[in-house]
Amino acid sequence: MSSREKILSAIRGISIPQKSLPDVPDFRLSGDLEEGFIQSILGNKGEVLSMDEFIRWLPSMHFSKVISLSSHFKNYSTITLPEDPHDLEDLGLAILDGQFAVAENGAIWLEDSNLGLRALPFITEHLVIVLDRNKLVETMHQGYNLIGGAKSGFGLFIAGPSKTADIEQSLVIGAHGAKSLRVVLV
Amino acid sequence: MLKINLLPMKTNSPHVALFIPCYVDQFYPKVGIASLELLEKLGCKVSYPAGQTCCGQPLANAGYERDTVGATRHFIELFKDFDYVVAPSGSCVLHVKDHSPSISGLEKEQEELHHKIFELTEFITDILKVEKLRGSFPHRVGYHASCHGQRGLRLASSSELNQTLFNKAQKLLENLDGLEWVELSRTDECCGFGGTFAVTEEALSIRMGKDRLEDHVLHQTEIITGGDMSCIMHLEGIATRNGQKMKFMHVAEILNQAIS
Amino acid sequence: MSHPENATEFLKDQAKAKWHDETLWFVRDKRDRISKTIPEWEQLRELASQIKDNVLANLGSYLEDFERNALQNGIIIHWAADAEEHNQHVLRILREKNCKAIVKSKSILTEECHLNPYLEKEGIEVVDTDLGERIVQFLNQPPSHIVLPAIHLKKGEISELFHQKLHTEKGNEDPTYLTQAARIHLREKFLGAKVAITGVNFGIAETGEFVVCTNEGNADMGVHLADVHIACMGIEKILPRRKDLAVFLRLLARSATGQPITNYNSHFRSPSPGKEIHIILVDNGRTAQLSREKFKNSLKCIRCGACMNTCPIYRRSGGFSYGSTVPGPIGSILSPGLDMKKHSTLPFASTLCGSCSDVCPVKINIHEQLYEWRQEITKTHGEFGKGLSMKLASGIFKSPLAYKISGSLMRSALKALPDSLIYHPLNTWGKSRNLPDTPNETFQQWYKKNRS
Repeated sequence: MSSREKILSAIRGISIPQKSLPDVPDFRLSGDLEEGFIQSILGNKGEVLSMDEFIRWLPSMHFSKVISLSSHFKNYSTITLPEDPHDLEDLGLAILDGQFAVAENGAIWLEDSNLGLRALPFITEHLVIVLDRNKLVETMHQGYNLIGGAKSGFGLFIAGPSKTADIEQSLVIGAHGAKSLRVVLV
Repeated sequence: MLKINLLPMKTNSPHVALFIPCYVDQFYPKVGIASLELLEKLGCKVSYPAGQTCCGQPLANAGYERDTVGATRHFIELFKDFDYVVAPSGSCVLHVKDHSPSISGLEKEQEELHHKIFELTEFITDILKVEKLRGSFPHRVGYHASCHGQRGLRLASSSELNQTLFNKAQKLLENLDGLEWVELSRTDECCGFGGTFAVTEEALSIRMGKDRLEDHVLHQTEIITGGDMSCIMHLEGIATRNGQKMKFMHVAEILNQAIS
Repeated sequence: MSHPENATEFLKDQAKAKWHDETLWFVRDKRDRISKTIPEWEQLRELASQIKDNVLANLGSYLEDFERNALQNGIIIHWAADAEEHNQHVLRILREKNCKAIVKSKSILTEECHLNPYLEKEGIEVVDTDLGERIVQFLNQPPSHIVLPAIHLKKGEISELFHQKLHTEKGNEDPTYLTQAARIHLREKFLGAKVAITGVNFGIAETGEFVVCTNEGNADMGVHLADVHIACMGIEKILPRRKDLAVFLRLLARSATGQPITNYNSHFRSPSPGKEIHIILVDNGRTAQLSREKFKNSLKCIRCGACMNTCPIYRRSGGFSYGSTVPGPIGSILSPGLDMKKHSTLPFASTLCGSCSDVCPVKINIHEQLYEWRQEITKTHGEFGKGLSMKLASGIFKSPLAYKISGSLMRSALKALPDSLIYHPLNTWGKSRNLPDTPNETFQQWYKKNRS
């Protein structure tokens, strides 16, 4: 017998009383959506910028390699997206569009169609996600309602920069992935 | 003497059996006496059925629940005919309700018993419906929530849960004149008694006890009280060994003294 | 060594033990505070528990759904009955890809299967990429906590370790500096690995996708740069529906570290063009645990570690005192199912205070299962449990207090034990504790005099 059969037949041999799957209520959040989202991002050690603030910030950083896949910042790329993600090793900044975000925790949803390469938001030194302020939802429940049956091969919630607290619980930003996350609300 | 709202004993009032845990019987008769007097002052008809032994908790928690059949049968026989069974111990009550083996031939009595046995403070607040006790106890009192009472019997809200705060013992104590309630840093951490744990994991048990005592010292507790003398015995044992000056009293002792 | 011996050893360094306790209490306190900002918190726990109950009652069909959907999405599925088979699958894939070095993100399952030593013996370099895991890997230690693998180490120790391994400045203990050194070191490993291994937080039956959560982004750095992603998944990690993730992602990070969500929550449905994703579905004792009526609920665990942070024993004895892959309360109910003899003291490493059960986001009745394991372990007295029950019994009986207390009840148990234990000269109770004064009369005597 294959291990597959062994495992499945072992499970079938165990009688467990049926327990029904509960309906999950559509829990909501009180308070102002945008303010809640901003506080969540700040708590996750990210920043939230207006379009103007972003435009002022960008030149001050003197990035040599920038890739923008954002529909709001079409001409900001200084290099083209390579085929091999290893070539992104020294990427300074990626600018991506988020599909929607969740106010209760700051999580922003992106899929393959937003990413170009799946490694992009991780390997880049700094990350900017552009988000339509009308695309904020309250909790994760509304978030998954929006995702629905989407069939993207990869999707993720990003809620902040790469961080760790593995040394004596001291929070350090910039472990392996992007050292900063800036969200531009448009 | 302070005049208090003592209820006159009614002839038709329910018959309460006092269950005195074995170690209270042996080492803390004053807690048994206080419990008895307190219930009487609150208008209860109280009896102490003779022939009580250990409920079997030490064996059951050590993994020998199956060896407590005799003790459990005896317990049911002894208490089955009373309207209520009340004990000054959350831990022993929890054992009787949750961890005593099922006794064949006495299933009905055992089931009924599980619904009429109460820890002392919950009996006073939930069954006697006492909203407020009048009396005086001008001391700074720190409360040690025994885990079995608190998380087992839900005598108080637990800090892990998102729920409305409550504490049945506090409700009875906090209205006493002059009593200052101590707020601890860790409101409901275990003291490390844990029955046989106290000896099988001696080093941890002592460390946990010392940490609880430190929290009380930090908040200037004058008297540590609680609903379980087992925890108090452990804490007092460490405190006296180390020359710490605080006093230890069971909740029943404070209430009985305060309202007399 | 038994848990009491290990705990005694841990407590010898009093300052460090106190620091360990306070550091983990800080994490629990953060968890308490954030959980209280969610009005429906207790409802979420109940929902998560009910969803997992449904999973356990339908595990076989959900696994088949999961497999079918994953296959349709272009994922390759392997099944492993035990740790050995899991490791063989991994090795075979590595051999096929001619891969000599891999990066691995945090996976308790691969720890459970002892994958690292297995692969290293076959000449494969395994690099753990979670910072805490990399630190303990440098020290040749297992993680001491499932979420905070290096929580037992002070920054001075890590500084010295990094000085030796990564040539950081001697004496520089700044966590930011040390983390940057690890970033540079691991970046090179990420760029060089053809195969990356991750664990799985949740697998969705309805879609065939799986979810991996990290704060560091190390799982994603590994898998998106590699050609092949191997995801190792215990068969109990299944959730029925995608939308169930809302419940579990709301609970997981808040319970684990007191943050509202992990910063990266990746949903893998199918591989990028030209790449491969493999899932290894592992039993390794899980179906056996499922068949144990009293203990099957332990399989609801989502590995948040909250029961460790809250446990007054864990905080004061450290993860290594348990000698099991998953330490702490949940480990003490999982491990005896894998090897009861080896882990026989673990269910006794508890006061049954119940804090673990109240903190658990999926409402596992952990402390009640500890109690039930005690009943099972003592039954094996005749076989291998003898040593333990002797030790326990000696614990009870060498205390004159407990002996006096238990009186007639104890006598029935005494028959089984030799006199040398009953009349043990040591009095453990009294080592650091006084006994209460013996009163002149018992309550029974007083009552007879005053009320009869």
